[in-house]
Amino acid sequence: MKATEIIFYVLTAITLLSASFVVTARNPVHSVLALILTFFCLTGHYVLMNAQFLAAVNIIVYAGAIMVLFLFTIMFLNLQKEDEESKTTLTKMAAVVVGGVLLVVMVAVFRAASVAPYDPATYNTRVGLVESLGMVLYKDYLLPFELASVLFLVAMVGAVMLGKREPGDRHF
Amino acid sequence: MNTTYLPSDYLPIFIQLVLALGFIVGSMIVSHNIGPKRHSEKKDDPFECGIPVKGDARTPISIKYFLIAILFVLFDVEVIFLYPWAVNFKGLGMEGFIEMILFMGLLLAGFYYILRKGVLKWE
Amino acid sequence: MNLTELIIKSIIILVIFGVTLVIAMYSTWAERKVAGFMQDRLGPNRAGPFGLLQPLADAGKMFFKEDFIPSQANKWLFIIGPCLAILTALMSSAVIPFGDSIRYEGLTIPVQGVEINIGILYVFGVVSLGVYGIMVGGWASNNKFSLLGAIRAASQNISYEIAMGLAIIAILMMTGSLSLRSIVAGQESFLTWNVFTQPLGFIIFLTCAFAECNRTPFDLPECETELVGGYHTEYSSMKLGFYLFAEYINMFVSSAVISTLYFGGYHYPFMNTVHNALTGSLGEVTGHNLATLIGMLVLFAKIFFFIFFFMWVRWTLPRFRYDQLMNLGWKSLIPLSILNVVVTGFGLLYDIEYASWLIVIVMVVLAVMSSARAPKRVVQPQRS
Repeated sequence: MKATEIIFYVLTAITLLSASFVVTARNPVHSVLALILTFFCLTGHYVLMNAQFLAAVNIIVYAGAIMVLFLFTIMFLNLQKEDEESKTTLTKMAAVVVGGVLLVVMVAVFRAASVAPYDPATYNTRVGLVESLGMVLYKDYLLPFELASVLFLVAMVGAVMLGKREPGDRHF
Repeated sequence: MNTTYLPSDYLPIFIQLVLALGFIVGSMIVSHNIGPKRHSEKKDDPFECGIPVKGDARTPISIKYFLIAILFVLFDVEVIFLYPWAVNFKGLGMEGFIEMILFMGLLLAGFYYILRKGVLKWE
Repeated sequence: MNLTELIIKSIIILVIFGVTLVIAMYSTWAERKVAGFMQDRLGPNRAGPFGLLQPLADAGKMFFKEDFIPSQANKWLFIIGPCLAILTALMSSAVIPFGDSIRYEGLTIPVQGVEINIGILYVFGVVSLGVYGIMVGGWASNNKFSLLGAIRAASQNISYEIAMGLAIIAILMMTGSLSLRSIVAGQESFLTWNVFTQPLGFIIFLTCAFAECNRTPFDLPECETELVGGYHTEYSSMKLGFYLFAEYINMFVSSAVISTLYFGGYHYPFMNTVHNALTGSLGEVTGHNLATLIGMLVLFAKIFFFIFFFMWVRWTLPRFRYDQLMNLGWKSLIPLSILNVVVTGFGLLYDIEYASWLIVIVMVVLAVMSSARAPKRVVQPQRS
C-alpha cells in the first residue's frame, strides 16, 4: 500500500469515528468539538486531493466561523433543563424516517453520479489551487456568484428579524 | 520558489503538530503530578468575589453576541469570496472589478440595513 | 519531497518551535522590563544577571502549583480549553518565511516550515480556531466571570477577524498570490514594502492584531476591574500558564506576520549588494548561507521591534469600553478596509501604486479640520 493510501484510510477512520461521536455525545459542547475534529479530517482529505484553497476555506468557514456560531448557540440555550420530554416515541420515529429518507436519496445520488475518469499522465495538479479556482468562479460561474450576494442580503435581514429584542429578556 | 504545490508540502505541519501535542501533553502530565492536592468545600466552589455562589453560570447570554456571531459568519464568507478574486485581480481586470463592486454593493446595503436597525448598538 | 529534504525541514520546524518557545518565555521578562522602564522602576532583577532567569523561575513556579479543577466545572473541557489555546498558538508559525534559503549539498531549501499555496490563509485558519481555547475554557469553568470573559473574547476576536481579512485583500491584489514567500518576494526594494503602498491596510491590520491577541487596549476579556481574571479566573498552575503563554506566542507570531506582510520580511535595503559581495568573497554556497543569516537577523530585529511596540502600547494607552471596541471594529475598520480595497483596485487598474495614500490624506485632513472646528478647551490656570 502506498503512503497516500495509508493516510487516506487513517483519516477516513478518524473522520467516521469523530462523526459518530458527534451524534452520540451527551454533552453538546463535546459534540461540537467532535464536529470540529471531523472538519479537520475533511480538510485533510481536501489536502490529499490538492484542493488547497478549499482546505483553507473549510477550516476558516466551517471549523472557524460556523462552529463558533454553534458554540454561541449552545451557550445561549439553557442547558440546566433537560429537555427529555421532547424526545417522545413520535419524534424518535420521525427522526428515523427523515434520516432514512436522506440516506436513500444520498445512495441514489451516488449511484447515479458518474466520476469522470482521469489520466495521471496529463492531469494538471494545479487545478484545485486558488488561481485556477478564481478564474473559473469569476468567468464561468459569475451569475451564481452574484446571486450569492442576494442570499447574503436575505440572511442578514433574517438575522435581524430573529434577533429582535423582546421586553423581559434577560441579558448580560 | 515552490512551483509545484503538492499535498506532500504539508508533511512538516504534521511534524509540528506532533511536537506541539507532545509538549502540551507532557507539561500537562508533569504539572498535574508534581503539584499538591488539597480540597475543601469552599475552595471547590466557583470564584465569586467572596460572596456565596448563587445559581450557576449555565445561563443564557445576551442575544447581541449571537447576532454578532451570525454576522461574522456572513462576512467571513464574503471575505472568503474576495480571496480568489484578489489573487486573480490583474487577470480579471476591469470586468472583475465591476463584478466585485456589484457584489460588495449588495452586501454593504445589507450592512447599512443592519446599522440602521441598531443591531450593532451597544448600551 | 525526498528524505534529506524532509529531515532538513524537520530540523527547521524543530528550531522554529524552540525559538518560538524561548521568545515567548523571554517576552514575559521583556514585558516586565519594559513596564519597569516606562514606569521608572527596575523590573525583575533578582534571578540571575538583569533578572534573566526570571522566566525559568516563573515556569518552575507554575509547574509546582496545585493543578486545581473546581468541582462544578466540566473536567475534561476544563483541561482541553488551555490546551487548545496553546496548540493553535504553536501551530501558526509553520508558514512564516524566516529567511531566504539554505544551500546544502546542491539542495536549496527555504528557511520556512512549509511553503504552501495558501500561506496566509493557513495563518488565518489557525488564528480563527484560537477562539475555541478561550470559549471552551471559559464555559467549562462554570463561573459567571469566566463565561462573560469568554463570550467577550470570542465576539471581539470574530469581529476583528473580518477587518483583518479585508485588510489583507489589498495586499493580495497587488501580489497576486496567497503564499507568504511570494508576498515577501514582491517587496524586494525598500519603497515597494507594503507599508508604503498600503499604509491604511497596515494600520487596520495592526489594530486587528492587537485585538486578536487580546492585548491592551483591547484586553476587555480579562479586564480585572470588571471581570476578576476574565476567562481564566478559575485556572491555576500550568493551565493558567498555557493561557498566558499562548498570548505571548500569539504576540510573536503576529509580529512576524506583520513584518512579513508589511515590512518586507527578510528583505532590507541594499540586500542584493550585500548578497553579491558575500558570494563574491566567500563562494557561492557559504556566501549565500551567510546572506540568508543576515536576512533572518533583520527579520528578527523587525519582529522584536513589533513585540516591543505591543508592550509600549500596553503601558501607554488605556483600555477601550466594550461598546467603543465593537463600534471601532464594525463601524470604522470594516467600512474603511472595504474602501481601501476599492481604492487599491482603482489604483491598480490605472497604474497608481500609492493610491491608498489618498484615503490617509483625506482622513488626516478631516481629522485636522474637525479638531480645528472643535471648541477650544479652556485652560484652567493651576495654582500650586
